[in-house]
Amino acid sequence: MNKLHKVSKHHIWTAIVLAALALLPFAISGYQTSLATQMLIFAALAMSIDILAGYAGRTPLGHGAIFGVATYVLLYYVTTAGGSLWGGIALGILAAVGTAVVFGALAIRTSGVYFLLLTLALGMIVWGVSLRWTSVTGGENGIRGTVKPEWLASHVNLYYFTLAITSLMALAMWRFVNSPFGLTLKGIRESETRMKALGYNVPLHVFIGFVVSGFFAGMAGILYAFYNSFVSPSTVELRQSVAGLLMAIVGGIGTLFGSLIGSIVIITLENLVSLYTERWSMVLGLMFIFTMIFAPEGLVGKARQLMARRQARLSGAATLSAAATQGAATSPSTAGRDKGGGH
Amino acid sequence: MSMLGFNLLNGATFAALLFVVGSGFTLIFGLMRIVNLAHGALYLLGGYVAFSVAMKTGSFALGIACAAGAVAIAGLLIDVVLLRFVRGNDLRQVLLTVGVALVLNDAMLVIWGGDTFTVPVPQWLQGPVQFLGMTYPVYRLFVLGVGVAIFLGLWLLLNKTRLGALIRAGVDDAEMVEAMGVNIRRVFIYTLMLGTALAGIGGALGGAFLSLYPTADAEILVFSLAVVIIGGRGSLAGAAVGALLVAMLATFGQVWFPELAYFVIFGPMAVLLAFRPLGLFGRAT
Repeated sequence: MNKLHKVSKHHIWTAIVLAALALLPFAISGYQTSLATQMLIFAALAMSIDILAGYAGRTPLGHGAIFGVATYVLLYYVTTAGGSLWGGIALGILAAVGTAVVFGALAIRTSGVYFLLLTLALGMIVWGVSLRWTSVTGGENGIRGTVKPEWLASHVNLYYFTLAITSLMALAMWRFVNSPFGLTLKGIRESETRMKALGYNVPLHVFIGFVVSGFFAGMAGILYAFYNSFVSPSTVELRQSVAGLLMAIVGGIGTLFGSLIGSIVIITLENLVSLYTERWSMVLGLMFIFTMIFAPEGLVGKARQLMARRQARLSGAATLSAAATQGAATSPSTAGRDKGGGH
Repeated sequence: MSMLGFNLLNGATFAALLFVVGSGFTLIFGLMRIVNLAHGALYLLGGYVAFSVAMKTGSFALGIACAAGAVAIAGLLIDVVLLRFVRGNDLRQVLLTVGVALVLNDAMLVIWGGDTFTVPVPQWLQGPVQFLGMTYPVYRLFVLGVGVAIFLGLWLLLNKTRLGALIRAGVDDAEMVEAMGVNIRRVFIYTLMLGTALAGIGGALGGAFLSLYPTADAEILVFSLAVVIIGGRGSLAGAAVGALLVAMLATFGQVWFPELAYFVIFGPMAVLLAFRPLGLFGRAT
């Protein structure tokens, strides 16, 4: 009974959000529509990061590279090599999945800080290659070229296309993390040793989770190629991985759809900040620092926690401690999770 | 033959620089469990400080000293002002240092701009020297010497002094050291300042032959990460072996596959990780 109630509530919320997103272009300017498109693309990237960070308990810092590899391959294949769009899309996603396979195969045996370090180092190798392999990547100049089909030329059409694809991706990811497989990932997050003792092949599960996550990051990268028509080393640089992870964290790790909130907050802020100053990098860094210090459970989690505390204060001291312990239990601190399992 | 010797020397001198930077990184990582991803930015800060001081005063030695001091203070500030809030939480610490790296990098862009600088070196370190039938820059040999000297100094510090013993004990089991009545926090602070000072010295040394520019911090960070991933956390010997391996691969990679040099350090790292996920000298905790 309770569960049924919960599910229907979820459905209603999803319907409201989708309806709002569908009506959005009527309410805002063309430029803002294009920003909204960007938010959707990065929400998809942040969700793919959340699969690993929130559900498998392994925080990656190399997803910007996986995302950017798809963008690079699509733009190179269509613009420089003169291939077809569909071929480029297929190759781009394949390249992202291939990158994820390599990253995953190397990183799955580690956890916690080591996992983060490894994915960071691997992602930065992609960055280094994109910077130096000038004959293919164009070095600092990058690759420029419109790859999206004619009918996506207008802001609004591209927005609806992106909305449709990212909604499907979000649905697929939601199904994935709530599948028995996704529950196994959660189990690994909570206690790796226990899952091992229960007979689960932990590295294999994490590996598959990594590859699936890489697939979605690659899809987001393809959408980004449509949206941006340009790719350069800054697409695969550390800042991109950091921004993606920050979106997932701000939205609340392990909430999947929170990533959309994170993406909206960060991209809105990025555009507000750029109106006044060129120091976006610094603001992003400061946000990261403050998020880590004050709200590692994300904005959504923080709001929930504050509300629980207020409620507890209203209903007296007796429930205060109960709410506090509950708050601590439900606020997913990113690191507590990664501590399980030996390094 | 002389070409091979030349490249070997290039590799060795680059290894010396990587060791200076990487040993600081691995010391902090090993003892404090802090993966300081701002290490690259601190390297660049050291380089810029050395550049400015050496330009103003004309003294290279003073430049190095100021770089070490300034960066050690920066490290101390990062710890006292920011990291204290996330103590004991590995992942939040790492992510926080990512934020610090972004802020520092951008702040340096404001102060020193996007131009490329080279730290000026004194007369006696300029120009080439003839030996073994080769002509080789004196300065790079100097860096090699400094690298070896720092290795010996760190080895003596870690193995022959009380502080070194405390650091080694702390790497193995910080709680136990504390339980024995040692103020481990103080040991942590010393190590942190030593480790970041090494990044600053590395920046000053590297700034004179690799030059300083806004993305240099990311490049040196990748190399430091590779050094620590290969060598293993908190091991001085690991840092030395890792630095030598990474530098040789990077140098010869640059010669043989100029555009894919980055890729070349990746291959052996992958093979190594398949067998030893914690690096050559890494131990499980």
